Amino acid sequence: MNALKKNSSKPVGGASVQSQTFSIAAYLSNHKKVGTETLIKLFKTWFASLMTWLVIGIAFALPLILYILLNNANQLGGEWQGKPRISIYLKADLGAAETSTLLNSLIQNEAVASAKLITAEAALAEFQTQSGFKDVLSSLPFNPLPAVIEVEPKAVSPASLKLLVTKLADQPSIESVSFDLDWVERLFAILALGERFVTALSVFLGLGVLLSIGNTIRLAIENRRAEIEVVKLVGGTDSFVRRPFLYLGFWYGLGGALFAWLMVQISLIFLSSPIERLLHSYQNEFYLVGLGFVETLILLASGAFLGVLGAGIAVGRHLHQIEPT
Amino acid sequence: MIKFDQVSKRYPGGREALARVNFELADAEMAFLTGHSGAGKSTLMKLIILMEKASQGQVFVDGINLNRLSRRHIPQIRRKVGVVFQNHQLLFDRTVFDNVALPLTISGHQPREIGRRVRAALSKVGLSGKEKQYPVALSGGEQQRVGIARAVVNKPPLLLADEPTGNLDPELSKEIMNLFEQFNQVGVTVLIASHDLELVKQLGYRQLTLSKGCLL
Ligand SMILES: Nc1ncnc2c1ncn2[C@@H]1O[C@H](COP(=O)(O)OP(=O)(O)OP(=O)(O)O)[C@@H](O)[C@H]1O
Ligand SMILES: [Mg+2]
Repeated sequence: MNALKKNSSKPVGGASVQSQTFSIAAYLSNHKKVGTETLIKLFKTWFASLMTWLVIGIAFALPLILYILLNNANQLGGEWQGKPRISIYLKADLGAAETSTLLNSLIQNEAVASAKLITAEAALAEFQTQSGFKDVLSSLPFNPLPAVIEVEPKAVSPASLKLLVTKLADQPSIESVSFDLDWVERLFAILALGERFVTALSVFLGLGVLLSIGNTIRLAIENRRAEIEVVKLVGGTDSFVRRPFLYLGFWYGLGGALFAWLMVQISLIFLSSPIERLLHSYQNEFYLVGLGFVETLILLASGAFLGVLGAGIAVGRHLHQIEPT
Repeated sequence: MIKFDQVSKRYPGGREALARVNFELADAEMAFLTGHSGAGKSTLMKLIILMEKASQGQVFVDGINLNRLSRRHIPQIRRKVGVVFQNHQLLFDRTVFDNVALPLTISGHQPREIGRRVRAALSKVGLSGKEKQYPVALSGGEQQRVGIARAVVNKPPLLLADEPTGNLDPELSKEIMNLFEQFNQVGVTVLIASHDLELVKQLGYRQLTLSKGCLL
Protein backbone atom coordinates (compact mmCIF):
# COMPACT_ATOMS: atom_id res chain seq x y z
CA MET A 1 0.00 0.00 0.00
CA ASN A 2 1.82 3.01 -1.22
CA ALA A 3 -0.93 5.53 -1.62
CA LEU A 4 0.91 8.30 0.11
CA LYS A 5 4.18 9.84 -0.87
CA LYS A 6 6.19 9.31 2.25
CA ASN A 7 9.45 10.47 0.87
CA SER A 8 8.42 14.04 0.19
CA SER A 9 9.85 15.91 3.10
CA LYS A 10 8.09 19.21 2.52
CA PRO A 11 4.46 19.07 3.53
CA VAL A 12 1.86 21.19 1.79
CA GLY A 13 1.13 23.12 4.95
CA GLY A 14 3.35 25.97 5.96
CA ALA A 15 3.75 28.21 8.96
CA SER A 16 1.10 30.65 10.03
CA VAL A 17 2.54 33.35 7.81
CA GLN A 18 1.14 32.82 4.35
CA SER A 19 1.82 34.77 1.24
CA GLN A 20 -1.16 36.87 0.27
CA THR A 21 -1.69 36.31 -3.40
CA PHE A 22 -4.93 38.24 -3.39
CA SER A 23 -5.11 40.74 -6.22
CA ILE A 24 -7.54 42.81 -8.22
CA ALA A 25 -6.87 40.57 -11.21
CA ALA A 26 -7.81 37.46 -9.24
CA TYR A 27 -10.90 39.22 -7.93
CA LEU A 28 -11.98 40.19 -11.43
CA SER A 29 -11.22 36.75 -12.77
CA ASN A 30 -13.47 35.30 -10.06
CA HIS A 31 -16.25 37.67 -11.14
CA LYS A 32 -15.80 36.62 -14.74
CA LYS A 33 -15.78 32.95 -13.77
CA VAL A 34 -18.86 33.22 -11.57
CA GLY A 35 -20.65 35.31 -14.19
CA THR A 36 -20.05 32.87 -17.03
CA GLU A 37 -20.65 29.78 -14.88
CA THR A 38 -24.00 31.19 -13.79
CA LEU A 39 -24.98 31.87 -17.38
CA ILE A 40 -23.91 28.39 -18.51
CA LYS A 41 -26.01 26.85 -15.73
CA LEU A 42 -28.98 28.90 -16.88
CA PHE A 43 -28.61 27.55 -20.41
CA LYS A 44 -28.26 24.00 -19.12
CA THR A 45 -31.65 24.32 -17.44
CA TRP A 46 -32.93 26.23 -20.43
CA PHE A 47 -36.60 25.40 -20.07
CA ALA A 48 -36.92 26.71 -16.53
CA SER A 49 -34.79 29.70 -17.46
CA LEU A 50 -36.94 30.42 -20.49
CA MET A 51 -40.07 30.45 -18.33
CA THR A 52 -38.52 33.01 -15.99
CA TRP A 53 -37.27 35.11 -18.88
CA LEU A 54 -40.70 35.09 -20.51
CA VAL A 55 -42.48 36.10 -17.30
CA ILE A 56 -40.09 39.00 -16.84
CA GLY A 57 -40.23 39.82 -20.54
CA ILE A 58 -44.03 40.09 -20.55
CA ALA A 59 -43.97 42.25 -17.45
CA PHE A 60 -41.59 44.62 -19.21
CA ALA A 61 -43.21 44.46 -22.64
CA LEU A 62 -46.75 45.40 -21.58
CA PRO A 63 -46.04 48.90 -20.27
CA LEU A 64 -43.44 49.38 -23.01
CA ILE A 65 -45.92 48.81 -25.81
CA LEU A 66 -48.40 51.18 -24.17
CA TYR A 67 -45.62 53.68 -23.72
CA ILE A 68 -44.70 53.50 -27.37
CA LEU A 69 -48.29 53.92 -28.54
CA LEU A 70 -48.70 56.87 -26.20
CA ASN A 71 -45.49 58.39 -27.44
CA ASN A 72 -46.72 58.15 -31.00
CA ALA A 73 -50.08 59.64 -30.08
CA ASN A 74 -48.27 62.50 -28.36
CA GLN A 75 -46.25 63.12 -31.45
CA LEU A 76 -49.43 63.14 -33.50
CA GLY A 77 -51.07 65.57 -31.10
CA GLY A 78 -47.97 67.74 -31.10
CA GLU A 79 -48.75 68.80 -34.66
CA TRP A 80 -51.73 70.72 -33.36
CA GLN A 81 -50.47 71.78 -30.04
CA GLY A 82 -48.23 74.76 -30.77
CA LYS A 83 -50.50 76.29 -33.37
CA PRO A 84 -54.18 76.05 -32.67
CA ARG A 85 -55.78 77.12 -35.90
CA ILE A 86 -58.93 79.14 -36.26
CA SER A 87 -60.88 78.71 -39.46
CA ILE A 88 -63.10 81.64 -40.40
CA TYR A 89 -65.79 80.75 -42.94
CA LEU A 90 -66.84 83.77 -44.94
CA LYS A 91 -70.35 84.51 -46.12
CA ALA A 92 -70.83 83.16 -49.65
CA ASP A 93 -71.91 86.51 -51.10
CA LEU A 94 -68.89 88.43 -49.84
CA GLY A 95 -67.11 90.41 -52.53
CA ALA A 96 -63.39 90.43 -53.22
CA ALA A 97 -62.88 93.94 -51.82
CA GLU A 98 -64.70 93.17 -48.60
CA THR A 99 -62.77 89.95 -48.28
CA SER A 100 -59.42 91.68 -48.58
CA THR A 101 -60.50 94.39 -46.08
CA LEU A 102 -61.38 91.68 -43.60
CA LEU A 103 -58.12 89.89 -44.27
CA ASN A 104 -56.11 93.06 -43.69
CA SER A 105 -57.95 93.88 -40.51
CA LEU A 106 -57.20 90.38 -39.27
CA ILE A 107 -53.52 90.66 -40.13
CA GLN A 108 -53.36 93.92 -38.18
CA ASN A 109 -55.22 92.45 -35.24
CA GLU A 110 -52.90 92.28 -32.22
CA ALA A 111 -54.00 88.79 -31.21
CA VAL A 112 -53.33 87.30 -34.63
CA ALA A 113 -49.98 85.92 -35.67
CA SER A 114 -50.85 85.22 -39.25
CA ALA A 115 -53.89 85.02 -41.46
CA LYS A 116 -54.19 83.31 -44.80
CA LEU A 117 -56.99 83.41 -47.29
CA ILE A 118 -58.12 80.28 -49.03
CA THR A 119 -60.54 81.25 -51.77
CA ALA A 120 -63.54 79.09 -52.55
CA GLU A 121 -61.82 77.91 -55.75
CA ALA A 122 -58.61 76.99 -53.96
CA ALA A 123 -60.59 75.20 -51.26
CA LEU A 124 -62.39 73.16 -53.90
CA ALA A 125 -59.17 72.27 -55.68
CA GLU A 126 -57.54 71.15 -52.45
CA PHE A 127 -60.55 69.16 -51.41
CA GLN A 128 -60.65 67.44 -54.76
CA THR A 129 -57.05 66.31 -54.59
CA GLN A 130 -57.12 65.26 -50.96
CA SER A 131 -60.30 63.28 -50.64
CA GLY A 132 -61.95 60.72 -52.74
CA PHE A 133 -64.84 62.96 -53.78
CA LYS A 134 -63.31 64.24 -56.97
CA ASP A 135 -65.97 62.94 -59.30
CA VAL A 136 -68.86 63.93 -57.08
CA LEU A 137 -67.55 67.47 -56.70
CA SER A 138 -66.84 68.06 -60.33
CA SER A 139 -70.36 66.94 -61.19
CA LEU A 140 -71.85 69.67 -59.02
CA PRO A 141 -73.10 72.75 -60.89
CA PHE A 142 -71.65 75.19 -58.37
CA ASN A 143 -68.89 75.31 -55.82
CA PRO A 144 -70.42 74.38 -52.44
CA LEU A 145 -67.36 75.46 -50.47
CA PRO A 146 -67.03 78.89 -48.87
CA ALA A 147 -63.87 80.96 -48.77
CA VAL A 148 -61.93 80.48 -45.61
CA ILE A 149 -59.42 82.58 -43.72
CA GLU A 150 -57.08 80.49 -41.64
CA VAL A 151 -55.91 82.41 -38.62
CA GLU A 152 -53.06 81.48 -36.41
CA PRO A 153 -53.43 83.30 -33.10
CA LYS A 154 -50.54 84.62 -31.06
CA ALA A 155 -51.89 83.52 -27.73
CA VAL A 156 -52.38 79.84 -27.10
CA SER A 157 -54.15 79.91 -23.75
CA PRO A 158 -57.71 78.61 -24.15
CA ALA A 159 -59.20 81.74 -22.49
CA SER A 160 -57.63 84.27 -24.86
CA LEU A 161 -58.46 82.08 -27.84
CA LYS A 162 -62.08 81.97 -26.81
CA LEU A 163 -62.16 85.78 -26.53
CA LEU A 164 -60.74 86.14 -30.03
CA VAL A 165 -63.19 83.65 -31.46
CA THR A 166 -66.21 85.40 -29.88
CA LYS A 167 -65.07 88.75 -31.26
CA LEU A 168 -64.64 87.34 -34.77
CA ALA A 169 -67.96 85.56 -34.75
CA ASP A 170 -69.75 88.87 -34.13
CA GLN A 171 -68.54 90.39 -37.41
CA PRO A 172 -71.28 90.54 -40.07
CA SER A 173 -69.14 89.33 -42.98
CA ILE A 174 -68.34 86.08 -41.19
CA GLU A 175 -70.56 83.09 -41.53
CA SER A 176 -69.06 80.98 -38.77
CA VAL A 177 -65.84 80.40 -36.87
CA SER A 178 -64.48 77.05 -35.93
CA PHE A 179 -61.42 76.07 -34.09
CA ASP A 180 -60.06 72.75 -33.00
CA LEU A 181 -58.92 73.67 -29.53
CA ASP A 182 -61.55 71.65 -27.72
CA TRP A 183 -60.47 68.38 -29.08
CA VAL A 184 -56.80 69.19 -28.79
CA GLU A 185 -57.44 69.90 -25.14
CA ARG A 186 -59.32 66.67 -24.79
CA LEU A 187 -56.65 64.69 -26.60
CA PHE A 188 -53.99 66.01 -24.28
CA ALA A 189 -56.06 65.35 -21.22
CA ILE A 190 -56.50 61.77 -22.40
CA LEU A 191 -52.80 61.43 -23.18
CA ALA A 192 -51.87 62.75 -19.73
CA LEU A 193 -54.21 60.23 -18.20
CA GLY A 194 -52.66 57.53 -20.37
CA GLU A 195 -49.21 58.54 -19.20
CA ARG A 196 -50.26 58.23 -15.57
CA PHE A 197 -51.76 54.87 -16.35
CA VAL A 198 -48.57 53.63 -18.02
CA THR A 199 -46.50 54.92 -15.10
CA ALA A 200 -48.69 53.14 -12.56
CA LEU A 201 -48.66 49.98 -14.65
CA SER A 202 -44.85 50.14 -14.95
CA VAL A 203 -44.49 50.50 -11.21
CA PHE A 204 -46.73 47.52 -10.54
CA LEU A 205 -45.16 45.32 -13.18
CA GLY A 206 -41.66 46.42 -12.10
CA LEU A 207 -42.60 45.29 -8.62
CA GLY A 208 -43.81 42.05 -10.16
CA VAL A 209 -40.45 41.59 -11.90
CA LEU A 210 -38.68 42.25 -8.62
CA LEU A 211 -40.82 39.72 -6.78
CA SER A 212 -40.57 37.02 -9.41
CA ILE A 213 -36.79 37.36 -9.62
CA GLY A 214 -36.63 37.43 -5.83
CA ASN A 215 -38.66 34.27 -5.61
CA THR A 216 -36.62 32.47 -8.27
CA ILE A 217 -33.44 33.42 -6.41
CA ARG A 218 -34.94 32.24 -3.13
CA LEU A 219 -35.51 28.81 -4.68
CA ALA A 220 -31.98 28.80 -6.07
CA ILE A 221 -30.60 29.60 -2.62
CA GLU A 222 -32.67 26.80 -1.13
CA ASN A 223 -31.34 24.38 -3.77
CA ARG A 224 -27.75 25.31 -3.06
CA ARG A 225 -28.03 25.22 0.70
CA ALA A 226 -25.35 22.56 1.10
CA GLU A 227 -22.95 24.48 -1.09
CA ILE A 228 -23.51 27.71 0.83
CA GLU A 229 -22.87 25.92 4.10
CA VAL A 230 -19.60 24.44 2.90
CA VAL A 231 -18.41 27.71 1.40
CA LYS A 232 -19.14 29.44 4.70
CA LEU A 233 -17.34 26.68 6.60
CA VAL A 234 -14.11 27.15 4.74
CA GLY A 235 -14.24 30.90 5.32
CA GLY A 236 -16.24 32.26 2.38
CA THR A 237 -17.31 35.83 3.03
CA ASP A 238 -20.90 36.98 2.64
CA SER A 239 -20.01 38.80 -0.55
CA PHE A 240 -18.44 35.66 -2.02
CA VAL A 241 -21.54 33.64 -1.16
CA ARG A 242 -23.80 36.36 -2.51
CA ARG A 243 -21.97 36.75 -5.82
CA PRO A 244 -23.39 33.84 -7.85
CA PHE A 245 -26.93 34.76 -6.84
CA LEU A 246 -26.47 38.39 -7.81
CA TYR A 247 -25.19 37.22 -11.18
CA LEU A 248 -28.19 34.93 -11.46
CA GLY A 249 -30.46 37.93 -10.87
CA PHE A 250 -28.44 39.93 -13.38
CA TRP A 251 -28.87 37.32 -16.11
CA TYR A 252 -32.56 36.84 -15.33
CA GLY A 253 -33.15 40.59 -15.54
CA LEU A 254 -31.06 41.13 -18.64
CA GLY A 255 -32.52 38.09 -20.41
CA GLY A 256 -36.03 39.17 -19.46
CA ALA A 257 -35.39 42.64 -20.89
CA LEU A 258 -34.06 41.08 -24.10
CA PHE A 259 -37.22 39.03 -24.44
CA ALA A 260 -39.27 42.16 -23.75
CA TRP A 261 -37.44 43.93 -26.57
CA LEU A 262 -38.18 41.02 -28.87
CA MET A 263 -41.86 41.01 -27.91
CA VAL A 264 -42.11 44.77 -28.45
CA GLN A 265 -40.51 44.57 -31.89
CA ILE A 266 -42.81 41.76 -32.94
CA SER A 267 -45.87 43.59 -31.63
CA LEU A 268 -44.87 46.75 -33.47
CA ILE A 269 -44.47 44.90 -36.74
CA PHE A 270 -47.86 43.40 -36.09
CA LEU A 271 -49.45 46.78 -35.26
CA SER A 272 -47.66 49.19 -37.55
CA SER A 273 -49.27 48.46 -40.88
CA PRO A 274 -52.93 48.75 -39.73
CA ILE A 275 -52.13 51.89 -37.74
CA GLU A 276 -50.29 53.51 -40.60
CA ARG A 277 -53.06 52.63 -42.99
CA LEU A 278 -55.61 54.15 -40.63
CA LEU A 279 -53.68 57.40 -40.28
CA HIS A 280 -52.89 57.69 -43.97
CA SER A 281 -56.61 57.82 -44.59
CA TYR A 282 -56.61 61.00 -42.50
CA GLN A 283 -54.10 62.57 -44.86
CA ASN A 284 -51.35 61.98 -42.38
CA GLU A 285 -47.86 60.94 -43.23
CA PHE A 286 -47.35 58.74 -40.21
CA TYR A 287 -44.84 56.12 -39.25
CA LEU A 288 -44.97 54.24 -35.98
CA VAL A 289 -41.83 55.02 -34.02
CA GLY A 290 -40.50 52.06 -32.04
CA LEU A 291 -37.76 51.78 -29.46
CA GLY A 292 -34.70 53.83 -30.25
CA PHE A 293 -31.14 52.79 -29.50
CA VAL A 294 -30.94 54.74 -26.25
CA GLU A 295 -34.35 53.51 -25.13
CA THR A 296 -33.26 49.93 -25.83
CA LEU A 297 -30.13 50.47 -23.75
CA ILE A 298 -32.23 51.90 -20.92
CA LEU A 299 -34.54 48.89 -21.12
CA LEU A 300 -31.64 46.42 -20.91
CA ALA A 301 -29.95 48.36 -18.12
CA SER A 302 -33.09 48.60 -16.03
CA GLY A 303 -33.72 44.89 -16.59
CA ALA A 304 -30.27 44.04 -15.32
CA PHE A 305 -30.63 46.52 -12.46
CA LEU A 306 -33.99 45.15 -11.33
CA GLY A 307 -32.56 41.63 -11.55
CA VAL A 308 -29.61 42.43 -9.33
CA LEU A 309 -31.85 44.37 -6.96
CA GLY A 310 -34.37 41.54 -6.66
CA ALA A 311 -31.59 39.03 -6.13
CA GLY A 312 -29.94 41.30 -3.57
CA ILE A 313 -33.15 41.56 -1.58
CA ALA A 314 -33.73 37.79 -1.66
CA VAL A 315 -30.12 37.03 -0.77
CA GLY A 316 -30.15 39.55 2.06
CA ARG A 317 -33.27 37.96 3.49
CA HIS A 318 -32.31 34.32 3.19
CA LEU A 319 -28.55 34.01 3.30
CA HIS A 320 -28.23 34.89 6.96
CA GLN A 321 -30.59 32.07 7.83
CA ILE A 322 -28.25 29.50 6.32
CA GLU A 323 -25.51 28.67 8.75
CA PRO A 324 -23.44 25.49 8.69
CA THR A 325 -24.57 22.72 11.02
CA MET B 1 -3.27 28.98 19.61
CA ILE B 2 -6.42 27.68 21.31
CA LYS B 3 -7.65 28.50 24.80
CA PHE B 4 -10.86 27.32 26.45
CA ASP B 5 -11.83 29.16 29.62
CA GLN B 6 -14.67 27.56 31.64
CA VAL B 7 -16.50 26.69 28.44
CA SER B 8 -19.91 25.06 28.63
CA LYS B 9 -22.18 24.22 25.76
CA ARG B 10 -25.80 23.27 26.07
CA TYR B 11 -27.76 22.53 22.90
CA PRO B 12 -31.31 23.78 22.91
CA GLY B 13 -33.41 21.14 24.65
CA GLY B 14 -30.44 18.91 25.33
CA ARG B 15 -28.19 18.25 28.27
CA GLU B 16 -24.74 19.78 28.52
CA ALA B 17 -22.49 18.65 25.66
CA LEU B 18 -19.50 20.42 27.23
CA ALA B 19 -19.18 21.35 30.92
CA ARG B 20 -16.68 23.93 32.19
CA VAL B 21 -13.91 22.86 29.86
CA ASN B 22 -10.49 24.43 30.44
CA PHE B 23 -7.43 23.82 28.32
CA GLU B 24 -4.79 25.52 26.24
CA LEU B 25 -3.07 24.39 23.10
CA ALA B 26 0.19 26.18 22.37
CA ASP B 27 1.32 27.34 18.94
CA ALA B 28 2.76 24.47 16.91
CA GLU B 29 1.54 21.92 19.45
CA MET B 30 -0.04 18.64 18.41
CA ALA B 31 -2.67 16.89 20.53
CA PHE B 32 -5.36 14.22 20.35
CA LEU B 33 -8.91 14.60 21.56
CA THR B 34 -10.41 11.32 22.71
CA GLY B 35 -13.53 10.18 24.49
CA HIS B 36 -16.60 8.02 24.06
CA SER B 37 -19.16 8.68 21.38
CA GLY B 38 -21.24 11.67 22.45
CA ALA B 39 -18.52 12.92 24.79
CA GLY B 40 -18.47 16.28 23.07
CA LYS B 41 -15.44 16.05 20.75
CA SER B 42 -17.19 17.39 17.68
CA THR B 43 -18.90 20.05 19.77
CA LEU B 44 -15.54 21.28 21.02
CA MET B 45 -14.26 21.59 17.47
CA LYS B 46 -17.43 23.32 16.29
CA LEU B 47 -16.90 25.97 18.94
CA ILE B 48 -13.44 26.71 17.54
CA ILE B 49 -14.72 27.38 14.03
CA LEU B 50 -17.86 29.15 15.22
CA MET B 51 -20.32 26.58 13.98
CA GLU B 52 -21.68 26.77 17.49
CA LYS B 53 -21.46 29.42 20.18
CA ALA B 54 -20.45 28.65 23.77
CA SER B 55 -23.31 28.89 26.26
CA GLN B 56 -20.87 29.94 28.94
CA GLY B 57 -17.18 30.70 29.16
CA GLN B 58 -14.78 31.96 26.55
CA VAL B 59 -13.00 30.46 23.56
CA PHE B 60 -9.85 32.09 22.20
CA VAL B 61 -8.32 31.30 18.81
CA ASP B 62 -5.00 32.92 18.00
CA GLY B 63 -5.62 35.38 20.84
CA ILE B 64 -9.06 36.40 19.57
CA ASN B 65 -12.03 36.07 21.90
CA LEU B 66 -14.69 34.40 19.78
CA ASN B 67 -17.49 35.73 21.98
CA ARG B 68 -16.58 39.24 20.97
CA LEU B 69 -16.27 38.46 17.27
CA SER B 70 -18.84 40.08 14.98
CA ARG B 71 -20.54 38.04 12.28
CA ARG B 72 -18.58 39.90 9.65
CA HIS B 73 -15.26 38.63 11.00
CA ILE B 74 -16.17 34.95 11.20
CA PRO B 75 -14.65 34.14 7.77
CA GLN B 76 -11.29 35.49 8.92
CA ILE B 77 -11.15 32.93 11.74
CA ARG B 78 -12.35 30.09 9.55
CA ARG B 79 -9.64 30.81 6.98
CA LYS B 80 -7.04 30.29 9.67
CA VAL B 81 -8.41 26.88 10.53
CA GLY B 82 -8.25 23.88 8.23
CA VAL B 83 -10.95 21.42 9.24
CA VAL B 84 -11.42 17.78 8.36
CA PHE B 85 -15.07 17.16 9.11
CA GLN B 86 -16.48 13.94 10.52
CA ASN B 87 -19.12 14.01 7.77
CA HIS B 88 -16.66 15.24 5.08
CA GLN B 89 -18.78 18.27 4.02
CA LEU B 90 -17.87 17.83 0.35
CA LEU B 91 -19.78 19.34 -2.56
CA PHE B 92 -21.13 16.50 -4.62
CA ASP B 93 -21.82 18.53 -7.73
CA ARG B 94 -18.22 19.64 -8.01
CA THR B 95 -15.12 17.76 -8.99
CA VAL B 96 -12.46 16.69 -6.52
CA PHE B 97 -10.29 19.49 -7.87
CA ASP B 98 -12.95 22.15 -7.30
CA ASN B 99 -13.67 20.83 -3.83
CA VAL B 100 -10.06 21.04 -2.79
CA ALA B 101 -9.64 24.41 -4.52
CA LEU B 102 -12.52 26.02 -2.61
CA PRO B 103 -10.50 27.57 0.26
CA LEU B 104 -8.12 29.10 -2.30
CA THR B 105 -10.91 30.35 -4.57
CA ILE B 106 -12.68 32.17 -1.77
CA SER B 107 -9.54 33.98 -0.72
CA GLY B 108 -8.91 35.14 -4.27
CA HIS B 109 -5.82 33.24 -5.40
CA GLN B 110 -4.62 33.22 -8.97
CA PRO B 111 -5.88 30.26 -11.03
CA ARG B 112 -2.35 29.08 -11.79
CA GLU B 113 -1.43 29.16 -8.09
CA ILE B 114 -4.64 27.29 -7.26
CA GLY B 115 -3.86 24.54 -9.76
CA ARG B 116 -0.37 24.07 -8.41
CA ARG B 117 -1.42 23.92 -4.77
CA VAL B 118 -4.42 21.68 -5.32
CA ARG B 119 -2.34 19.12 -7.19
CA ALA B 120 0.28 19.22 -4.43
CA ALA B 121 -2.35 18.67 -1.74
CA LEU B 122 -4.00 15.83 -3.66
CA SER B 123 -0.68 14.12 -4.15
CA LYS B 124 -0.03 14.41 -0.40
CA VAL B 125 -3.15 12.41 0.38
CA GLY B 126 -2.52 9.93 -2.44
CA LEU B 127 -5.29 11.10 -4.75
CA SER B 128 -3.26 12.27 -7.73
CA GLY B 129 -5.16 11.58 -10.89
CA LYS B 130 -8.59 11.73 -9.25
CA GLU B 131 -8.97 15.46 -9.60
CA LYS B 132 -11.52 15.33 -12.41
CA GLN B 133 -13.76 12.82 -10.63
CA TYR B 134 -16.83 13.63 -8.60
CA PRO B 135 -16.97 12.71 -4.90
CA VAL B 136 -19.80 10.18 -5.46
CA ALA B 137 -17.42 8.10 -7.54
CA LEU B 138 -15.00 7.80 -4.62
CA SER B 139 -14.91 5.38 -1.71
CA GLY B 140 -15.55 6.60 1.84
CA GLY B 141 -11.84 6.69 2.59
CA GLU B 142 -11.08 8.56 -0.61
CA GLN B 143 -13.76 11.14 0.20
CA GLN B 144 -12.19 11.57 3.61
CA ARG B 145 -8.84 12.22 1.99
CA VAL B 146 -10.38 14.83 -0.30
CA GLY B 147 -11.56 16.52 2.89
CA ILE B 148 -8.03 16.34 4.29
CA ALA B 149 -6.55 17.82 1.14
CA ARG B 150 -9.05 20.68 1.30
CA ALA B 151 -8.19 21.32 4.96
CA VAL B 152 -4.49 21.72 4.26
CA VAL B 153 -4.48 23.31 0.83
CA ASN B 154 -4.36 26.91 2.02
CA LYS B 155 -1.67 26.19 4.64
CA PRO B 156 -3.67 27.16 7.69
CA PRO B 157 -1.86 27.77 11.00
CA LEU B 158 -4.38 25.56 12.80
CA LEU B 159 -5.60 22.16 11.70
CA LEU B 160 -8.61 20.42 13.25
CA ALA B 161 -9.43 16.86 12.25
CA ASP B 162 -12.60 15.16 13.45
CA GLU B 163 -12.12 11.39 13.07
CA PRO B 164 -9.92 11.81 9.98
CA THR B 165 -9.12 8.12 9.84
CA GLY B 166 -12.58 6.76 10.64
CA ASN B 167 -12.98 5.17 7.22
CA LEU B 168 -9.38 4.20 6.57
CA ASP B 169 -7.55 0.93 6.95
CA PRO B 170 -4.83 0.78 9.62
CA GLU B 171 -1.97 1.35 7.23
CA LEU B 172 -3.56 4.33 5.50
CA SER B 173 -4.56 5.67 8.93
CA LYS B 174 -0.94 5.68 9.95
CA GLU B 175 0.12 7.43 6.80
CA ILE B 176 -2.48 10.14 7.29
CA MET B 177 -1.33 10.59 10.88
CA ASN B 178 2.22 10.90 9.59
CA LEU B 179 1.04 13.60 7.24
CA PHE B 180 -0.42 15.53 10.17
CA GLU B 181 2.86 15.10 12.04
CA GLN B 182 4.69 16.59 9.07
CA PHE B 183 2.45 19.62 9.20
CA ASN B 184 3.06 19.92 12.90
CA GLN B 185 6.79 19.83 12.33
CA VAL B 186 6.64 22.94 10.17
CA GLY B 187 4.73 24.85 12.82
CA VAL B 188 1.05 24.01 12.30
CA THR B 189 -1.00 23.53 15.45
CA VAL B 190 -2.87 20.24 15.15
CA LEU B 191 -5.84 18.89 17.10
CA ILE B 192 -7.18 15.48 16.10
CA ALA B 193 -10.30 13.81 17.48
CA SER B 194 -9.97 10.06 17.35
CA HIS B 195 -11.47 6.81 18.59
CA ASP B 196 -8.34 4.90 17.72
CA LEU B 197 -6.80 4.80 21.20
CA GLU B 198 -4.20 2.28 20.07
CA LEU B 199 -2.82 4.56 17.38
CA VAL B 200 -3.03 7.63 19.64
CA LYS B 201 -1.02 5.88 22.34
CA GLN B 202 1.52 4.68 19.81
CA LEU B 203 2.12 8.19 18.45
CA GLY B 204 2.63 9.55 21.96
CA TYR B 205 1.33 13.09 21.70
CA ARG B 206 -0.61 14.99 24.35
CA GLN B 207 -4.05 13.57 24.92
CA LEU B 208 -7.17 15.47 25.94
CA THR B 209 -9.91 13.12 27.08
CA LEU B 210 -13.55 14.12 27.28
CA SER B 211 -16.15 12.20 29.21
CA LYS B 212 -19.77 13.31 29.19
CA GLY B 213 -18.66 16.81 28.32
CA CYS B 214 -16.03 17.10 31.06
CA LEU B 215 -12.32 17.22 30.36
CA LEU B 216 -10.54 14.58 32.47
N1 LIG C 1 -27.09 19.90 16.99
C1 LIG C 1 -27.29 19.27 18.17
N2 LIG C 1 -28.45 19.45 18.85
C2 LIG C 1 -28.65 18.84 20.03
N3 LIG C 1 -27.79 18.04 20.61
C3 LIG C 1 -26.61 17.81 20.00
C4 LIG C 1 -26.31 18.42 18.75
N4 LIG C 1 -25.07 18.03 18.37
C5 LIG C 1 -24.62 17.21 19.35
N5 LIG C 1 -25.54 17.08 20.32
C6 LIG C 1 -25.37 16.30 21.56
O1 LIG C 1 -24.21 16.75 22.21
C7 LIG C 1 -23.48 15.67 22.73
C8 LIG C 1 -22.05 15.68 22.19
O2 LIG C 1 -22.09 15.45 20.80
P1 LIG C 1 -20.78 15.42 19.89
O3 LIG C 1 -21.19 15.34 18.48
O4 LIG C 1 -19.94 16.56 20.29
O5 LIG C 1 -20.12 14.06 20.37
P2 LIG C 1 -18.80 13.37 19.81
O6 LIG C 1 -17.88 13.25 20.95
O7 LIG C 1 -18.31 14.07 18.61
O8 LIG C 1 -19.37 11.94 19.41
P3 LIG C 1 -18.87 10.97 18.22
O9 LIG C 1 -17.62 10.33 18.67
O10 LIG C 1 -19.97 9.99 18.10
O11 LIG C 1 -18.70 11.82 17.01
C9 LIG C 1 -24.25 14.41 22.34
O12 LIG C 1 -25.00 14.01 23.48
C10 LIG C 1 -25.16 14.87 21.24
O13 LIG C 1 -26.38 14.18 21.32
MG1 LIG D 1 -18.13 13.63 16.62
